[in-house]
Amino acid sequence: MGEVHVVNGNYSAAEAVKAVDVDVIAAYPITPQTPVVEYLSEFVANGELDAEFIHVESEHSAISAVVGASATGVRVFTATASQGLALMHEVLFIASGMRLPIVMTVANRALSAPINIWCDHSDTMAQRDTSWIQLYCESNQEIYDTVIQAYRIAENEDVLLPVMVCYDGFTLSHTLEPVEFEPEDEIREFVGEFEPIHCKLDPEEPMTLGPVGGPDSYMEFKKMQHEAMKEALKVIPEVNSEFEKRFGRSYGDGLIEPYNVDDADVVIIAMGSVCGTIKHVIDEHRSDVGLIKVKAFRPFPGDDIRRLIEGKDAVVTIDRAHSYGSMPPLWTDVKAHAPDVEVSSTIAGLGGRDIRVEDILEVIEVAEKGEGTDEPVWINVNV
Amino acid sequence: MIEVRIHGRGGQGAVTAAEILAIAAKEDGKYSQAFPFFGVERRGAPVQAFARISDHFIRVRCQIYEPDHVVVLDPSLVGTVNVVKGLKEDGVVVVNAREEEMNHLSEELGDYDVYYVDATSIALDELGVPIVNTAMVGAYVRATGTVSLDAVKDAIRMRFPGEIGEKNVSAAERAYEEVKEL
Repeated sequence: MGEVHVVNGNYSAAEAVKAVDVDVIAAYPITPQTPVVEYLSEFVANGELDAEFIHVESEHSAISAVVGASATGVRVFTATASQGLALMHEVLFIASGMRLPIVMTVANRALSAPINIWCDHSDTMAQRDTSWIQLYCESNQEIYDTVIQAYRIAENEDVLLPVMVCYDGFTLSHTLEPVEFEPEDEIREFVGEFEPIHCKLDPEEPMTLGPVGGPDSYMEFKKMQHEAMKEALKVIPEVNSEFEKRFGRSYGDGLIEPYNVDDADVVIIAMGSVCGTIKHVIDEHRSDVGLIKVKAFRPFPGDDIRRLIEGKDAVVTIDRAHSYGSMPPLWTDVKAHAPDVEVSSTIAGLGGRDIRVEDILEVIEVAEKGEGTDEPVWINVNV
Repeated sequence: MIEVRIHGRGGQGAVTAAEILAIAAKEDGKYSQAFPFFGVERRGAPVQAFARISDHFIRVRCQIYEPDHVVVLDPSLVGTVNVVKGLKEDGVVVVNAREEEMNHLSEELGDYDVYYVDATSIALDELGVPIVNTAMVGAYVRATGTVSLDAVKDAIRMRFPGEIGEKNVSAAERAYEEVKEL
């Protein structure tokens, strides 16, 4: 049995990193992720975590350092948000292209301009195509559980892709709530030792990693990355169910978590902490509404979502990011997999705009009226 | 579910007060959430912090607009900010104020159930600094019974181990004893 502590989301992430016993951490502080770096520094400094903590001068260096460390075959961690993640951008492709099982948490935050430190998903959505697995969390417990599972997923031989664990800045990162921490020896047993199978940087057995791949081979590498993502669609549910057997907690099948969908006429599709508020609205106000919480955005479990929304009276997505000049990312992915289903699109909660109960009720109304199918409806906006 | 809004000034420990309440709720076998008003804080500027306490896991994650209870750490905030904004009709206000200040404050606080305690004097006596958060949590739980005093004491000791924790426990106990209904 674990022990319940009342902690914020950043602490949940740091506690999970400690529990999996990472070897190298390199991170640079940025609001609202900063406490993760502080907690981990403290764990390393006071001997609770036997890891190398590399203090770097930027996020570009942080991700570069963990790429290098991971290539030597050790378990690594980094964390960032917003502009910091944007600064990592070019190296994110290198991490996935070199098939390094790096785990990174992102405390989701908007991007400038205007300067904004509050939550939305613009930062991680902008990294959608970097070939990183992206898992989104609803609660602080889910952050802890997902970071632990992320190592199992990333290090799986059939996957070998980096994982981004995304959680909403402030709404989770700075909110305290009860979280059950499991005994560290049990977590370490669950995650196991990381042993690189194919390649690692080793002076005893020199090899080159990440060299030139010309027109004759580049495409093969890229197609294999896509195949690995498809493998992750199988591995994520396996890890989710193994975690459930061991620790008694699960999040749907690990890819999506349907809530009241079977009995629902209207289905909302959403990601992150707003899913908690949506469940609250379903319980208190609208038992005829269901929710599909998308936990895995990459790989995208589009066929599972299509099966659940086919035949429903109304379906609506909530995006906390936008693709300016087109439709927002969650809606676009849903429609790509369910072209025959009418899906309404809403945009809410950009730059920390609170998503209130009345906003969820408005989202439901948008769906029921069939609005927003070719142009997103902006919720609680004054222009 | 009980929703609490805490008004203070940057440096008075409003966020810590909300956290202590949330930890105390867990010690009482309840579920809780505590969060700051998301943003940038400056010492002395009006700040807010929030707590939710329930018998069930709390899923709702929007901010609190219609609190059941309001705690005011600084009497000068009453009239400066609308501390009773959205407060439910049968809501409770617990304010740090001396008895002689209450005549003037009671006008601003309307018909709500109001409790007051001179937490500044208690904090100065017990801690030597005017940080009133732990005293006000003690007064708050006496006024509302949301969580037990024992749980609050446990939570304070967890948050502030050692001697400083014991001083804060004394502050909470004294405010618990000295709080009065208007």
